[in-house]
Amino acid sequence: MSYPKIPASEITPEHLYRSRRRFMKGAGAMAMAALLAACGVPSLKGQEAAEPALSGAGATPGTVPPTPLAGLTDELGDPANTWDEITHYNNFYEFTTKKTKVAQMAEGYPTEPWKVEVGGLVANPRTFDIDDLRKFGEEERIYRLRCVEAWSMVIPWVGFPLARLLKAVEPLSKAKYVRFQAVFDPDRLPGQRSKVYQWPYVEGLRLDEAMHDLTILATGLYGKPLPMQNGAPVRLVVPWKYGFKSIKSIVKIDLVEEMPVSLWMAAAPNEYGFYANVNPEVPHPRWSQRTERRIGERKRRPTLMFNGYAEQVAHLYANMDLRKNF
Amino acid sequence: MAARFPHRITIFRLAVHLAALAPLVALLWDMWQGNLSVNPIQDITFRTGKAAMVLLTASLAVTPIVIVFGLQRVRKVRRALGLYAFLYAFLHFLTYAWLDYGWDLYLIRLEITEKLYVLVGFAAFLILIPLAITSTKGWQRRLKKRWLQLHKLVYPAGVLVMLHYIWVQKADIRQPLVWTGLLTLLLIVRLPSVRRWFTQRRHRKVAAQRAPHSLSKTKTLI
Repeated sequence: MSYPKIPASEITPEHLYRSRRRFMKGAGAMAMAALLAACGVPSLKGQEAAEPALSGAGATPGTVPPTPLAGLTDELGDPANTWDEITHYNNFYEFTTKKTKVAQMAEGYPTEPWKVEVGGLVANPRTFDIDDLRKFGEEERIYRLRCVEAWSMVIPWVGFPLARLLKAVEPLSKAKYVRFQAVFDPDRLPGQRSKVYQWPYVEGLRLDEAMHDLTILATGLYGKPLPMQNGAPVRLVVPWKYGFKSIKSIVKIDLVEEMPVSLWMAAAPNEYGFYANVNPEVPHPRWSQRTERRIGERKRRPTLMFNGYAEQVAHLYANMDLRKNF
Repeated sequence: MAARFPHRITIFRLAVHLAALAPLVALLWDMWQGNLSVNPIQDITFRTGKAAMVLLTASLAVTPIVIVFGLQRVRKVRRALGLYAFLYAFLHFLTYAWLDYGWDLYLIRLEITEKLYVLVGFAAFLILIPLAITSTKGWQRRLKKRWLQLHKLVYPAGVLVMLHYIWVQKADIRQPLVWTGLLTLLLIVRLPSVRRWFTQRRHRKVAAQRAPHSLSKTKTLI
Protein backbone atom coordinates (compact mmCIF):
# COMPACT_ATOMS: atom_id res chain seq x y z
CA MET A 1 0.00 0.00 0.00
CA SER A 2 1.32 3.44 -0.78
CA TYR A 3 0.30 6.70 0.80
CA PRO A 4 0.62 10.21 -0.60
CA LYS A 5 3.42 12.03 1.14
CA ILE A 6 2.24 15.57 0.41
CA PRO A 7 0.40 17.16 3.34
CA ALA A 8 -3.26 17.27 2.48
CA SER A 9 -3.60 20.87 3.55
CA GLU A 10 -1.53 21.79 0.53
CA ILE A 11 -3.76 19.88 -1.86
CA THR A 12 -7.18 21.05 -0.82
CA PRO A 13 -7.57 24.72 0.02
CA GLU A 14 -9.58 25.24 3.14
CA HIS A 15 -12.38 27.18 1.46
CA LEU A 16 -13.13 24.11 -0.59
CA TYR A 17 -13.69 21.92 2.43
CA ARG A 18 -15.93 24.60 3.77
CA SER A 19 -18.06 24.99 0.70
CA ARG A 20 -18.58 21.24 0.61
CA ARG A 21 -19.59 21.39 4.22
CA ARG A 22 -22.17 24.05 3.45
CA PHE A 23 -23.59 21.85 0.73
CA MET A 24 -23.91 18.92 3.11
CA LYS A 25 -25.79 21.04 5.61
CA GLY A 26 -28.30 22.00 2.96
CA ALA A 27 -28.61 18.40 1.88
CA GLY A 28 -30.09 17.32 5.18
CA ALA A 29 -32.68 20.04 4.92
CA MET A 30 -33.54 19.02 1.39
CA ALA A 31 -33.99 15.42 2.41
CA MET A 32 -36.38 16.34 5.18
CA ALA A 33 -38.22 18.76 2.95
CA ALA A 34 -38.73 15.95 0.46
CA LEU A 35 -39.99 13.78 3.26
CA LEU A 36 -42.48 16.41 4.32
CA ALA A 37 -43.57 17.05 0.76
CA ALA A 38 -44.61 13.43 0.61
CA CYS A 39 -46.73 13.88 3.70
CA GLY A 40 -48.62 16.74 2.12
CA VAL A 41 -46.69 19.41 4.01
CA PRO A 42 -45.45 22.09 1.62
CA SER A 43 -41.72 21.81 1.15
CA LEU A 44 -39.53 24.74 1.93
CA LYS A 45 -37.72 25.01 -1.33
CA GLY A 46 -40.30 23.71 -3.74
CA GLN A 47 -39.43 21.26 -6.46
CA GLU A 48 -35.71 20.95 -5.91
CA ALA A 49 -36.45 19.22 -2.66
CA ALA A 50 -38.09 16.34 -4.46
CA GLU A 51 -34.68 14.86 -5.28
CA PRO A 52 -32.89 14.23 -2.04
CA ALA A 53 -30.05 12.34 -3.72
CA LEU A 54 -26.66 13.23 -2.39
CA SER A 55 -24.18 11.72 -4.69
CA GLY A 56 -21.22 13.35 -2.98
CA ALA A 57 -18.84 15.95 -4.26
CA GLY A 58 -19.49 15.21 -7.92
CA ALA A 59 -23.05 16.49 -7.84
CA THR A 60 -22.29 19.65 -5.94
CA PRO A 61 -23.78 22.70 -7.56
CA GLY A 62 -22.21 26.10 -7.85
CA THR A 63 -18.76 27.04 -6.70
CA VAL A 64 -17.31 23.65 -5.91
CA PRO A 65 -15.28 21.96 -8.65
CA PRO A 66 -16.37 18.46 -9.68
CA THR A 67 -13.72 16.69 -7.61
CA PRO A 68 -12.57 19.09 -4.93
CA LEU A 69 -10.73 16.39 -3.03
CA ALA A 70 -9.06 14.78 -6.01
CA GLY A 71 -5.91 12.93 -5.03
CA LEU A 72 -6.99 12.59 -1.44
CA THR A 73 -8.67 9.21 -1.31
CA ASP A 74 -8.20 6.01 0.57
CA GLU A 75 -6.69 3.06 -1.27
CA LEU A 76 -10.20 2.00 -2.34
CA GLY A 77 -10.65 5.31 -4.13
CA ASP A 78 -13.13 6.87 -1.71
CA PRO A 79 -12.57 10.57 -0.99
CA ALA A 80 -11.43 11.76 2.39
CA ASN A 81 -13.97 13.48 4.57
CA THR A 82 -13.59 17.20 5.02
CA TRP A 83 -11.77 18.90 7.86
CA ASP A 84 -15.09 20.18 9.19
CA GLU A 85 -16.73 16.78 9.10
CA ILE A 86 -13.83 15.15 10.89
CA THR A 87 -13.50 17.86 13.52
CA HIS A 88 -17.18 18.52 14.25
CA TYR A 89 -18.64 15.06 14.71
CA ASN A 90 -16.72 13.45 17.53
CA ASN A 91 -17.33 10.86 20.18
CA PHE A 92 -15.30 12.10 23.12
CA TYR A 93 -17.33 11.35 26.24
CA GLU A 94 -14.76 13.03 28.47
CA PHE A 95 -16.22 16.29 27.19
CA THR A 96 -19.82 15.41 26.34
CA THR A 97 -21.85 12.65 24.76
CA LYS A 98 -23.12 15.15 22.16
CA LYS A 99 -21.00 14.62 19.06
CA THR A 100 -21.56 18.10 17.65
CA LYS A 101 -20.67 19.86 20.92
CA VAL A 102 -17.24 18.30 21.46
CA ALA A 103 -15.33 20.68 19.17
CA GLN A 104 -16.59 23.75 20.98
CA MET A 105 -15.96 22.29 24.43
CA ALA A 106 -12.48 21.05 23.51
CA GLU A 107 -11.36 24.44 22.27
CA GLY A 108 -8.44 25.79 24.24
CA TYR A 109 -7.77 22.58 26.13
CA PRO A 110 -4.09 22.73 27.13
CA THR A 111 -2.06 20.02 25.41
CA GLU A 112 1.32 21.50 26.24
CA PRO A 113 3.29 20.33 28.07
CA TRP A 114 2.24 16.72 27.55
CA LYS A 115 4.00 13.57 28.63
CA VAL A 116 3.43 10.03 27.51
CA GLU A 117 4.81 7.56 30.00
CA VAL A 118 5.75 4.22 28.44
CA GLY A 119 6.53 1.39 30.83
CA GLY A 120 5.39 -1.88 32.27
CA LEU A 121 7.09 -5.02 30.99
CA VAL A 122 9.84 -3.25 29.05
CA ALA A 123 13.61 -3.14 29.36
CA ASN A 124 13.81 0.56 28.65
CA PRO A 125 10.90 2.53 30.16
CA ARG A 126 10.74 6.11 28.91
CA THR A 127 8.68 9.26 29.07
CA PHE A 128 8.14 11.08 25.81
CA ASP A 129 6.95 14.56 25.08
CA ILE A 130 5.27 15.30 21.77
CA ASP A 131 8.46 16.49 20.08
CA ASP A 132 10.13 13.20 21.07
CA LEU A 133 7.22 11.32 19.52
CA ARG A 134 7.42 13.31 16.28
CA LYS A 135 10.99 12.05 15.91
CA PHE A 136 9.55 8.60 15.23
CA GLY A 137 8.42 10.05 11.91
CA GLU A 138 5.45 11.85 10.44
CA GLU A 139 3.69 10.27 7.50
CA GLU A 140 0.19 10.66 6.14
CA ARG A 141 -2.07 7.61 6.47
CA ILE A 142 -5.49 7.85 4.89
CA TYR A 143 -7.63 5.40 6.85
CA ARG A 144 -11.29 4.51 7.06
CA LEU A 145 -12.71 4.96 10.55
CA ARG A 146 -15.78 2.86 11.28
CA CYS A 147 -17.69 3.77 14.41
CA VAL A 148 -19.55 1.05 16.31
CA GLU A 149 -22.62 3.31 15.86
CA ALA A 150 -22.56 2.40 12.14
CA TRP A 151 -21.19 5.59 10.60
CA SER A 152 -17.78 5.98 9.00
CA MET A 153 -15.33 8.50 7.63
CA VAL A 154 -12.11 8.54 5.60
CA ILE A 155 -9.48 10.43 7.57
CA PRO A 156 -6.01 11.62 6.52
CA TRP A 157 -4.04 11.13 9.73
CA VAL A 158 -0.45 12.15 10.30
CA GLY A 159 1.45 9.76 12.49
CA PHE A 160 3.93 6.94 12.84
CA PRO A 161 3.69 3.19 13.37
CA LEU A 162 3.28 2.34 17.05
CA ALA A 163 5.77 -0.49 16.48
CA ARG A 164 8.61 2.05 16.33
CA LEU A 165 7.84 3.35 19.78
CA LEU A 166 7.37 -0.15 21.20
CA LYS A 167 10.72 -1.28 19.78
CA ALA A 168 12.39 1.74 21.36
CA VAL A 169 11.26 0.68 24.84
CA GLU A 170 12.22 -2.98 24.26
CA PRO A 171 9.27 -5.14 25.37
CA LEU A 172 10.19 -8.10 27.59
CA SER A 173 9.21 -11.57 26.44
CA LYS A 174 6.53 -11.74 29.14
CA ALA A 175 4.67 -8.79 27.58
CA LYS A 176 1.57 -10.01 25.72
CA TYR A 177 -0.66 -6.95 25.58
CA VAL A 178 -0.42 -3.19 25.39
CA ARG A 179 -2.56 -1.10 27.68
CA PHE A 180 -3.30 2.53 26.79
CA GLN A 181 -4.59 5.13 29.20
CA ALA A 182 -6.04 8.51 28.27
CA VAL A 183 -5.85 11.79 30.13
CA PHE A 184 -7.67 11.99 33.48
CA ASP A 185 -8.60 15.57 34.32
CA PRO A 186 -12.12 15.85 35.77
CA ASP A 187 -11.63 19.57 36.46
CA ARG A 188 -11.44 20.32 32.76
CA LEU A 189 -13.24 17.24 31.42
CA PRO A 190 -16.82 17.46 32.69
CA GLY A 191 -17.75 14.02 31.37
CA GLN A 192 -15.28 12.46 33.78
CA ARG A 193 -17.27 13.76 36.74
CA SER A 194 -20.07 11.38 35.79
CA LYS A 195 -19.95 7.96 37.35
CA VAL A 196 -21.62 6.20 34.42
CA TYR A 197 -18.23 5.16 33.11
CA GLN A 198 -15.05 4.21 34.94
CA TRP A 199 -12.59 6.92 34.03
CA PRO A 200 -9.95 7.26 32.74
CA TYR A 201 -10.54 5.81 29.29
CA VAL A 202 -8.51 2.64 28.88
CA GLU A 203 -7.97 0.56 25.79
CA GLY A 204 -5.81 -2.40 24.88
CA LEU A 205 -4.30 -4.32 22.02
CA ARG A 206 -2.65 -7.68 21.73
CA LEU A 207 1.08 -7.14 21.19
CA ASP A 208 0.97 -8.44 17.59
CA GLU A 209 -1.92 -6.08 16.82
CA ALA A 210 0.03 -3.22 18.34
CA MET A 211 3.12 -4.11 16.30
CA HIS A 212 1.18 -4.27 13.02
CA ASP A 213 2.27 -1.65 10.51
CA LEU A 214 -1.29 -0.31 10.11
CA THR A 215 -1.45 0.57 13.81
CA ILE A 216 -0.28 4.13 14.28
CA LEU A 217 -0.01 6.83 16.87
CA ALA A 218 -1.41 9.94 15.23
CA THR A 219 -0.32 13.46 16.06
CA GLY A 220 -1.86 15.25 13.10
CA LEU A 221 -4.78 15.53 10.74
CA TYR A 222 -4.82 16.99 7.23
CA GLY A 223 -1.18 17.96 7.69
CA LYS A 224 -1.97 20.03 10.78
CA PRO A 225 -1.58 19.28 14.47
CA LEU A 226 -4.41 17.13 15.79
CA PRO A 227 -7.27 19.23 17.21
CA MET A 228 -8.25 18.34 20.78
CA GLN A 229 -11.64 16.96 19.73
CA ASN A 230 -9.81 14.36 17.64
CA GLY A 231 -7.56 13.30 20.51
CA ALA A 232 -4.71 15.80 20.72
CA PRO A 233 -1.86 15.68 21.14
CA VAL A 234 -1.47 11.98 20.43
CA ARG A 235 -3.94 9.18 19.85
CA LEU A 236 -4.05 5.61 18.70
CA VAL A 237 -5.48 4.70 15.29
CA VAL A 238 -6.30 1.05 14.59
CA PRO A 239 -8.23 1.22 11.32
CA TRP A 240 -9.59 -2.34 11.25
CA LYS A 241 -11.28 -2.01 14.64
CA TYR A 242 -14.31 0.00 15.71
CA GLY A 243 -13.46 3.61 16.44
CA PHE A 244 -13.70 3.31 20.21
CA LYS A 245 -10.52 1.20 20.22
CA SER A 246 -8.58 4.18 18.87
CA ILE A 247 -8.07 5.87 22.24
CA LYS A 248 -7.54 9.62 22.29
CA SER A 249 -5.20 11.93 24.24
CA ILE A 250 -2.92 9.18 25.53
CA VAL A 251 -0.81 9.78 28.66
CA LYS A 252 0.32 6.25 29.49
CA ILE A 253 1.25 3.12 27.58
CA ASP A 254 2.07 -0.06 29.47
CA LEU A 255 3.15 -3.45 28.24
CA VAL A 256 1.39 -6.07 30.30
CA GLU A 257 0.95 -9.82 30.57
CA GLU A 258 -2.83 -9.97 31.08
CA MET A 259 -5.52 -8.75 28.69
CA PRO A 260 -6.39 -5.20 29.78
CA VAL A 261 -10.01 -4.37 30.61
CA SER A 262 -11.08 -1.39 28.51
CA LEU A 263 -13.55 1.24 29.64
CA TRP A 264 -16.18 -0.15 27.29
CA MET A 265 -15.60 -3.74 28.37
CA ALA A 266 -16.13 -2.62 31.97
CA ALA A 267 -19.26 -0.65 31.04
CA ALA A 268 -21.02 -3.40 29.05
CA PRO A 269 -18.97 -6.62 28.83
CA ASN A 270 -21.54 -8.46 26.71
CA GLU A 271 -21.70 -5.65 24.14
CA TYR A 272 -18.18 -4.35 23.72
CA GLY A 273 -15.41 -6.90 23.50
CA PHE A 274 -11.65 -6.65 23.69
CA TYR A 275 -11.07 -7.27 19.99
CA ALA A 276 -13.85 -5.08 18.52
CA ASN A 277 -12.78 -5.88 14.97
CA VAL A 278 -15.04 -4.38 12.33
CA ASN A 279 -17.10 -7.36 11.21
CA PRO A 280 -20.38 -7.21 9.29
CA GLU A 281 -21.13 -10.83 10.24
CA VAL A 282 -21.07 -10.22 13.97
CA PRO A 283 -23.84 -7.88 15.09
CA HIS A 284 -23.73 -5.75 18.17
CA PRO A 285 -26.17 -7.42 20.61
CA ARG A 286 -28.74 -4.72 19.89
CA TRP A 287 -27.99 -3.56 16.38
CA SER A 288 -26.62 -4.83 13.10
CA GLN A 289 -23.18 -4.00 11.76
CA ARG A 290 -23.87 -4.99 8.15
CA THR A 291 -24.06 -1.51 6.73
CA GLU A 292 -22.78 1.93 7.56
CA ARG A 293 -23.34 5.52 6.57
CA ARG A 294 -20.23 7.16 5.22
CA ILE A 295 -20.50 10.72 6.49
CA GLY A 296 -21.38 12.92 3.52
CA GLU A 297 -23.04 10.15 1.54
CA ARG A 298 -26.73 9.65 0.96
CA LYS A 299 -26.87 5.87 0.65
CA ARG A 300 -25.72 3.35 3.18
CA ARG A 301 -22.82 1.19 2.12
CA PRO A 302 -22.00 -2.38 3.09
CA THR A 303 -19.52 -2.70 5.93
CA LEU A 304 -16.34 -4.50 4.89
CA MET A 305 -14.67 -7.31 6.83
CA PHE A 306 -11.98 -5.78 9.05
CA ASN A 307 -13.11 -2.44 7.63
CA GLY A 308 -11.52 -3.34 4.28
CA TYR A 309 -8.13 -4.25 5.77
CA ALA A 310 -8.72 -8.03 5.79
CA GLU A 311 -5.79 -8.72 3.47
CA GLN A 312 -3.40 -7.10 5.90
CA VAL A 313 -4.83 -8.23 9.24
CA ALA A 314 -6.96 -11.38 8.85
CA HIS A 315 -3.95 -13.59 9.62
CA LEU A 316 -3.81 -12.13 13.14
CA TYR A 317 -7.08 -13.89 13.90
CA ALA A 318 -6.58 -17.22 12.13
CA ASN A 319 -8.24 -20.07 14.06
CA MET A 320 -10.10 -17.61 16.28
CA ASP A 321 -13.86 -17.64 16.66
CA LEU A 322 -14.65 -14.00 15.93
CA ARG A 323 -18.17 -14.38 17.30
CA LYS A 324 -16.79 -15.32 20.68
CA ASN A 325 -13.89 -12.90 20.47
CA PHE A 326 -15.97 -9.93 19.43
CA MET B 1 -62.98 32.70 27.98
CA ALA B 2 -63.52 30.21 25.18
CA ALA B 3 -66.16 32.36 23.59
CA ARG B 4 -63.62 34.96 22.58
CA PHE B 5 -61.98 32.52 20.19
CA PRO B 6 -63.61 30.95 17.18
CA HIS B 7 -64.01 27.16 17.07
CA ARG B 8 -63.65 27.03 20.86
CA ILE B 9 -59.90 27.36 20.77
CA THR B 10 -58.76 28.29 24.22
CA ILE B 11 -55.36 29.65 25.11
CA PHE B 12 -54.62 26.35 26.80
CA ARG B 13 -55.36 24.37 23.66
CA LEU B 14 -53.42 26.79 21.52
CA ALA B 15 -50.40 26.43 23.81
CA VAL B 16 -50.59 22.65 23.57
CA HIS B 17 -50.68 22.76 19.77
CA LEU B 18 -47.76 25.15 19.63
CA ALA B 19 -45.73 23.05 22.07
CA ALA B 20 -46.46 19.89 20.10
CA LEU B 21 -45.39 21.52 16.85
CA ALA B 22 -42.29 23.09 18.35
CA PRO B 23 -40.00 20.06 17.83
CA LEU B 24 -40.95 19.95 14.15
CA VAL B 25 -40.46 23.68 13.69
CA ALA B 26 -37.13 23.52 15.52
CA LEU B 27 -36.02 20.60 13.36
CA LEU B 28 -36.95 22.37 10.13
CA TRP B 29 -35.27 25.53 11.36
CA ASP B 30 -32.06 23.67 12.23
CA MET B 31 -32.04 22.00 8.82
CA TRP B 32 -32.67 25.32 7.14
CA GLN B 33 -29.87 26.99 9.10
CA GLY B 34 -27.49 24.06 8.69
CA ASN B 35 -27.40 23.40 12.42
CA LEU B 36 -27.61 19.65 12.06
CA SER B 37 -24.51 17.51 12.36
CA VAL B 38 -22.67 16.01 9.40
CA ASN B 39 -24.83 12.93 9.97
CA PRO B 40 -28.18 14.70 9.46
CA ILE B 41 -30.29 11.60 8.92
CA GLN B 42 -29.34 10.28 12.32
CA ASP B 43 -30.22 13.65 13.87
CA ILE B 44 -33.62 13.60 12.20
CA THR B 45 -34.17 10.00 13.35
CA PHE B 46 -33.31 10.82 16.97
CA ARG B 47 -35.29 14.03 17.13
CA THR B 48 -38.50 12.74 15.55
CA GLY B 49 -38.29 9.63 17.73
CA LYS B 50 -37.81 11.63 20.89
CA ALA B 51 -40.73 13.94 20.05
CA ALA B 52 -42.98 10.93 19.37
CA MET B 53 -42.00 9.38 22.71
CA VAL B 54 -42.55 12.59 24.68
CA LEU B 55 -45.94 13.30 23.06
CA LEU B 56 -47.15 9.75 23.54
CA THR B 57 -46.24 10.05 27.20
CA ALA B 58 -48.04 13.41 27.34
CA SER B 59 -51.18 11.90 25.82
CA LEU B 60 -51.01 9.14 28.42
CA ALA B 61 -50.69 11.77 31.16
CA VAL B 62 -54.10 13.29 30.41
CA THR B 63 -56.24 10.73 32.25
CA PRO B 64 -53.96 10.68 35.32
CA ILE B 65 -54.12 14.49 35.48
CA VAL B 66 -57.90 14.27 35.48
CA ILE B 67 -57.85 11.51 38.11
CA VAL B 68 -55.38 13.20 40.45
CA PHE B 69 -56.18 16.89 40.01
CA GLY B 70 -59.66 16.79 38.53
CA LEU B 71 -58.65 19.13 35.70
CA GLN B 72 -61.33 18.06 33.28
CA ARG B 73 -60.36 20.46 30.51
CA VAL B 74 -57.06 18.70 29.77
CA ARG B 75 -59.24 15.96 28.26
CA LYS B 76 -59.78 18.28 25.32
CA VAL B 77 -56.16 17.94 24.17
CA ARG B 78 -55.83 14.20 24.55
CA ARG B 79 -56.68 13.36 20.97
CA ALA B 80 -54.43 16.12 19.63
CA LEU B 81 -51.50 14.87 21.71
CA GLY B 82 -52.03 11.33 20.48
CA LEU B 83 -52.25 12.46 16.87
CA TYR B 84 -49.09 14.55 17.19
CA ALA B 85 -47.34 11.54 18.70
CA PHE B 86 -48.45 9.57 15.65
CA LEU B 87 -47.25 12.31 13.28
CA TYR B 88 -43.75 12.20 14.79
CA ALA B 89 -43.79 8.40 14.86
CA PHE B 90 -44.70 8.45 11.17
CA LEU B 91 -41.87 10.90 10.36
CA HIS B 92 -39.53 8.74 12.44
CA PHE B 93 -40.57 5.63 10.51
CA LEU B 94 -40.20 7.43 7.16
CA THR B 95 -36.76 8.70 8.14
CA TYR B 96 -35.64 5.17 8.88
CA ALA B 97 -37.21 3.34 5.97
CA TRP B 98 -36.82 6.03 3.34
CA LEU B 99 -34.06 8.48 4.16
CA ASP B 100 -31.83 5.98 5.92
CA TYR B 101 -32.49 2.72 4.07
CA GLY B 102 -34.01 4.05 0.83
CA TRP B 103 -36.84 1.46 1.01
CA ASP B 104 -34.21 -1.24 0.45
CA LEU B 105 -36.34 -4.06 1.84
CA TYR B 106 -33.57 -6.64 1.51
CA LEU B 107 -31.28 -4.48 3.59
CA ILE B 108 -34.03 -3.63 6.06
CA ARG B 109 -34.92 -7.32 6.48
CA LEU B 110 -31.28 -8.21 7.10
CA GLU B 111 -30.91 -5.45 9.64
CA ILE B 112 -34.22 -6.12 11.37
CA THR B 113 -33.29 -9.72 12.11
CA GLU B 114 -30.28 -8.40 14.01
CA LYS B 115 -31.83 -5.30 15.49
CA LEU B 116 -34.63 -6.28 17.81
CA TYR B 117 -35.21 -2.70 18.83
CA VAL B 118 -36.27 -1.79 15.31
CA LEU B 119 -38.98 -4.45 15.42
CA VAL B 120 -40.15 -3.27 18.81
CA GLY B 121 -40.41 0.31 17.58
CA PHE B 122 -42.16 -0.80 14.42
CA ALA B 123 -44.68 -2.80 16.44
CA ALA B 124 -45.49 0.31 18.47
CA PHE B 125 -45.94 2.29 15.25
CA LEU B 126 -48.27 -0.39 13.82
CA ILE B 127 -50.40 -0.21 16.95
CA LEU B 128 -50.68 3.56 16.65
CA ILE B 129 -51.99 3.42 13.06
CA PRO B 130 -55.53 2.11 13.83
CA LEU B 131 -55.69 4.35 16.87
CA ALA B 132 -54.93 7.41 14.74
CA ILE B 133 -57.47 6.36 12.10
CA THR B 134 -60.25 5.76 14.62
CA SER B 135 -59.51 8.88 16.63
CA THR B 136 -62.44 10.81 15.09
CA LYS B 137 -65.83 11.35 16.72
CA GLY B 138 -67.46 9.35 13.93
CA TRP B 139 -65.39 6.27 14.64
CA GLN B 140 -65.91 6.73 18.34
CA ARG B 141 -69.68 6.57 17.72
CA ARG B 142 -69.50 3.66 15.33
CA LEU B 143 -67.29 1.47 17.53
CA LYS B 144 -69.15 2.33 20.74
CA LYS B 145 -67.80 0.24 23.61
CA ARG B 146 -65.21 -1.39 21.45
CA TRP B 147 -63.60 2.02 20.78
CA LEU B 148 -62.38 2.17 24.36
CA GLN B 149 -61.12 -1.40 24.20
CA LEU B 150 -59.26 -0.65 20.98
CA HIS B 151 -57.70 2.50 22.34
CA LYS B 152 -56.40 0.69 25.40
CA LEU B 153 -53.80 -0.64 22.98
CA VAL B 154 -51.98 2.63 23.56
CA TYR B 155 -50.68 1.15 26.84
CA PRO B 156 -48.72 -1.71 25.23
CA ALA B 157 -47.60 0.79 22.56
CA GLY B 158 -46.19 3.03 25.28
CA VAL B 159 -44.35 0.12 26.87
CA LEU B 160 -42.89 -0.93 23.50
CA VAL B 161 -41.78 2.64 22.83
CA MET B 162 -39.87 2.73 26.13
CA LEU B 163 -38.23 -0.62 25.41
CA HIS B 164 -37.25 0.70 21.99
CA TYR B 165 -35.84 3.84 23.60
CA ILE B 166 -33.82 1.90 26.19
CA TRP B 167 -32.41 -0.57 23.66
CA VAL B 168 -31.23 2.08 21.26
CA GLN B 169 -28.83 3.60 23.81
CA LYS B 170 -25.14 2.86 23.61
CA ALA B 171 -24.64 2.28 27.32
CA ASP B 172 -26.06 5.08 29.45
CA ILE B 173 -29.79 4.42 29.94
CA ARG B 174 -30.50 6.95 32.69
CA GLN B 175 -32.69 9.19 30.54
CA PRO B 176 -34.86 6.42 29.09
CA LEU B 177 -35.27 5.02 32.60
CA VAL B 178 -36.63 8.37 33.80
CA TRP B 179 -39.23 8.32 31.02
CA THR B 180 -40.02 4.67 31.66
CA GLY B 181 -40.51 5.51 35.34
CA LEU B 182 -42.88 8.32 34.40
CA LEU B 183 -44.86 6.03 32.09
CA THR B 184 -45.05 3.42 34.84
CA LEU B 185 -46.52 6.01 37.23
CA LEU B 186 -49.03 7.10 34.59
CA LEU B 187 -50.14 3.50 34.16
CA ILE B 188 -50.29 2.82 37.90
CA VAL B 189 -52.66 5.76 38.46
CA ARG B 190 -55.09 4.01 36.10
CA LEU B 191 -55.28 0.85 38.21
CA PRO B 192 -58.89 0.70 39.53
CA SER B 193 -57.91 0.71 43.20
CA VAL B 194 -55.45 3.61 42.80
CA ARG B 195 -57.90 5.50 40.67
CA ARG B 196 -60.63 5.06 43.24
CA TRP B 197 -58.36 6.24 46.03
CA PHE B 198 -57.53 9.46 44.16
CA THR B 199 -61.14 10.11 43.14
CA GLN B 200 -62.42 9.60 46.69
CA ARG B 201 -59.70 11.84 48.08
CA ARG B 202 -60.61 14.55 45.62
CA HIS B 203 -64.34 14.23 46.29
CA ARG B 204 -63.78 14.33 50.03
CA LYS B 205 -61.92 17.60 49.60
CA VAL B 206 -64.63 19.10 47.45
CA ALA B 207 -67.32 17.97 49.86
CA ALA B 208 -65.40 19.31 52.83
CA GLN B 209 -65.21 22.70 51.16
CA ARG B 210 -68.89 22.80 50.27
CA ALA B 211 -70.35 21.41 53.48
CA PRO B 212 -67.76 20.74 56.12
CA HIS B 213 -70.33 19.51 58.66
CA SER B 214 -72.43 17.23 56.49
CA LEU B 215 -71.11 13.68 56.15
CA SER B 216 -74.12 12.36 54.26
CA LYS B 217 -73.41 14.65 51.34
CA THR B 218 -69.89 13.32 51.06
CA LYS B 219 -71.25 9.82 50.78
CA THR B 220 -73.61 10.65 47.98
CA LEU B 221 -70.79 12.27 46.07
CA ILE B 222 -68.72 9.12 46.27
